[in-house]
Amino acid sequence: MPADPERRRTVRRHRGRRARRLGEAASGVALMAPALAVFATFSFYPLGRALWLGMQRTPPFPNLPSHFVGLSQYGSALTSPAFTASLGRTGMFVALTVPAGIALGIALAALTQRQLAGMRVFRTIYSSTVATSTAVASVIFFTLLNPQVGLFSYWLGIRGGTGVLQNPTWALPAVSVVSIWQNIGFTFILMSAALAAVPEDLLAAARVDGASAWFRFRTITLPMLSPTIFFAAVVGIIGAFQAFGQIDLLTQGGPNDHTLVLIYLIYRTAFVNNDYGLAAAWSVVLFLILLVLTLVQFRFLERRVFYAGA
Amino acid sequence: MVVQPAGASPVALESVEKRFGDVVAVRDLDLQVRAGEFLVLLGPSGCGKSTVLRLVAGLEEPTAGRILIDGRDVTDVDPKDRDVAMVFQSYALYPHLSVRRNIEFPLRARGVERAQRDRLVLDAAHALALDDLLERKPAQLSGGQRQRVALARAIVRRPRAFLMDEPLSNLDAQLRVGMRAELVELHAQLGITVLYVTHDQTEAVTMGDRIAVMVAGTLQQLGTPEEVHDAPANAFVAGFVGSPPMNVVPATVHDEDGQLVAEVDGGRVVLPDAAAAAVRRAGLQTASIGIRPASLRLSPAGTIRARVAMVEPFGDVPHAACRLPGGQLVLVQLDPGHRPRTGEVVTVACTGTIHLFAPGDGRRIDAG
Repeated sequence: MPADPERRRTVRRHRGRRARRLGEAASGVALMAPALAVFATFSFYPLGRALWLGMQRTPPFPNLPSHFVGLSQYGSALTSPAFTASLGRTGMFVALTVPAGIALGIALAALTQRQLAGMRVFRTIYSSTVATSTAVASVIFFTLLNPQVGLFSYWLGIRGGTGVLQNPTWALPAVSVVSIWQNIGFTFILMSAALAAVPEDLLAAARVDGASAWFRFRTITLPMLSPTIFFAAVVGIIGAFQAFGQIDLLTQGGPNDHTLVLIYLIYRTAFVNNDYGLAAAWSVVLFLILLVLTLVQFRFLERRVFYAGA
Repeated sequence: MVVQPAGASPVALESVEKRFGDVVAVRDLDLQVRAGEFLVLLGPSGCGKSTVLRLVAGLEEPTAGRILIDGRDVTDVDPKDRDVAMVFQSYALYPHLSVRRNIEFPLRARGVERAQRDRLVLDAAHALALDDLLERKPAQLSGGQRQRVALARAIVRRPRAFLMDEPLSNLDAQLRVGMRAELVELHAQLGITVLYVTHDQTEAVTMGDRIAVMVAGTLQQLGTPEEVHDAPANAFVAGFVGSPPMNVVPATVHDEDGQLVAEVDGGRVVLPDAAAAAVRRAGLQTASIGIRPASLRLSPAGTIRARVAMVEPFGDVPHAACRLPGGQLVLVQLDPGHRPRTGEVVTVACTGTIHLFAPGDGRRIDAG
């Protein structure tokens, strides 16, 4: 202990500050612990486990020991024809689902933006699919598309025979329609909020400036919606990459693998073919694709602040 | 060049009424803006003046009446085909477009070709000293600069009339005075017709060729700033126009030795002959008397008792707010160097014009 009383006081003060800082850190860790435990158990550990599994070659017969092959399995996973084919189908599924879903969401939101009697009814109807599960949506459409009793077949004048879901050309678009339908509520709510946030004065100014309704929509409304459209696109793409329920319930990847998207390929490889090593390698690839998409979105979400300042 | 019918007003409203449900926003309004005129619509907030502007722009449809632009009935014409420009209180700049693209917007919407567009944008930008800011986005501009961009966007296509909705109210006080002068100069320079909405009577009297005073959807008076200030149509206009505003006090009137005397709270005032004659003609027992603070002085010879509530010693002309025994405040101009104490009991003398307003509707009844 220093002899000088002034110095002693300073030291004591410093010690007090350090103790307080330690205490704060301890309570911070304590507060984070439950969330960390959950993440560790259900995210970080499985992720590490999947990475490790992806380096093991699973033997073709059960109960034989798997052996370590390192990163080479990732190489063969990326180049296998099954993977490239399913990635192409996934891309096709995204292309069929996401743009159409967003366009439909904007159209419905724009139509219900006007203050007319009964508009609440339509708003409620259009957002209602938010409360619908994938399973329910799939069962509804499975029934509608059924070649014997389905309403669509009846409207199209088709009786019996193979249904839309059994048709190699139409199976994937049909699954897309179900996905669009199920997501429309979310997209509708997003776009309605974004449309309502476009300042009334801007559109009034554009009207007086001589802009037609279409010109106003194209040059004012759409650019003002662009951050929301981008957000909906990224969320939609991520959702489409993870679309499992509707495929499992409607087509199980068929007919003849025409709806075998990446996530379903992983599921089938792991739980039907029991090739855990290869499935793990593919799931790590899928994780990396979605990680990149998420990072792109975060980057963009920071930039959209620009509009708020204007 | 469009041939205009001779003498047609650039903007005219005929018996226009606008209701929002049960609320009458504009009542039976007749108004003609003269070519090249700076006409100010003045009134307190919620009086319907902005609705008038939106009706002229076509953003609202009138419930009854007609709107004419250059003599053409545009009541059912879409805003884009009316050939007017509007400047909004919020400026309404397109946030995702650069200054250049903002100014260019009305030309692009009307399909003006590229080369001509570029030339007109540069002209308008130059007129408002925006030459160096063309590539900026609105978010990168100050309030005054945004205001300029909004004006440039309005003048770029030379419309028949300019509609301005409180364009200066978002600026700080110093900038506002500067922009006021710039607007007046721009108006003179371009010879444009302006219909300008404000609740600020100082703005109205300094900028307007004529002022239209509105209250509760009804036009109270239309006249030059001098007319509206010196000969207000009614007690409301008198109390709204002028800085500081006119004192309006209720009074009872009676004859006394051939003179008309108005008894007010705290004292009495002998009415001048012209005012007295008007009261006799109308056979009134009660009226409101209106006296501007500049026509009142604190004087031992005063005839109205009051107590000094507050003194405003600064500015060109110092004033005292005096409370009458009944509680009403009356603003009195002070003689230079005279500073009464708060709470002091004083007498107020009338040294100038006395206006008389009828009971009920508040119409001014003294001639001149």
